[in-house]
Amino acid sequence: MLDNYIPIFLMIAVGVLFGIIMVKLNEWLGPKRPSEEKLTTYESGMEPVRTARERFSVKFYLVAVLFILFDIEVVFLYPWAVSFKSLGWLGFVTMTVFVVILFLGFVYVWRKGALEWD
Amino acid sequence: MDLYAIIFYLFAVITLGSATIVVFSKNVVYSAFALLFALFGVAGLYVLLMADFLAITQLLVYVGGILVLVLFGVMLTTKVFDVQMKTKTIQMVPAVAILGLLSGTIVGVFWSTDWYISENPIDVAKTAPQIGNMLLTTYLLPFEIASVVLLVALIGAAMIARRERKG
Repeated sequence: MLDNYIPIFLMIAVGVLFGIIMVKLNEWLGPKRPSEEKLTTYESGMEPVRTARERFSVKFYLVAVLFILFDIEVVFLYPWAVSFKSLGWLGFVTMTVFVVILFLGFVYVWRKGALEWD
Repeated sequence: MDLYAIIFYLFAVITLGSATIVVFSKNVVYSAFALLFALFGVAGLYVLLMADFLAITQLLVYVGGILVLVLFGVMLTTKVFDVQMKTKTIQMVPAVAILGLLSGTIVGVFWSTDWYISENPIDVAKTAPQIGNMLLTTYLLPFEIASVVLLVALIGAAMIARRERKG
């Protein structure tokens, strides 16, 4: 059964090695002619304006909390979906109850304005 | 040492090494990032135990969700980059006593438990359909209660949002 995971392990190994090798090759083979402009922090082409080390707004935290809650809902959906046929209508009804309860919460959060950014 | 053991020790080293960094790092951001590899290593151990659904859940919820939450929590902290974490040892005697008690309990439970070892390990392959069947028949009530718990958490999150707007 663990044989199924060999491609995943290979994928991870190749990914890690590729990342390391490419960065190191660049470091070893590339010419180094630094200038003041080249040594500034790379900011996707933008001029870096101020320190990145500042406090984040609590709004990000709220988004993360909401994400986890619906993430867990999806985790519950997955085993149900896999055995959907054998569970039949009873499984459908119970899962509907589960999703409706969470949908109530979703509507509440929406009405409270927690999904709006500012 | 066969391949299985090598992979097990690899994941064990990743998990324990990262967990050590989480505890001993003086920079709280490094601690949070090391937690990523600790949680990932635990997911790998779940795979080795043939609990594939648990491993996926670990990746989805802990690596994908809880960790982001922890990172945002760290970023919310005042002066996160200037704070020096104190990792020196204090309260030696009570710490040793509690540690001894705790690890004694764990080791005691480990030795006294009559561990069930499946005679047919292939039985547990494809855990997700079995979990789905059990969840919607035998364990239906805990399953529906889980949705109520999630609902409570959603309402709590909305309360945080409202307080933010007022302030």
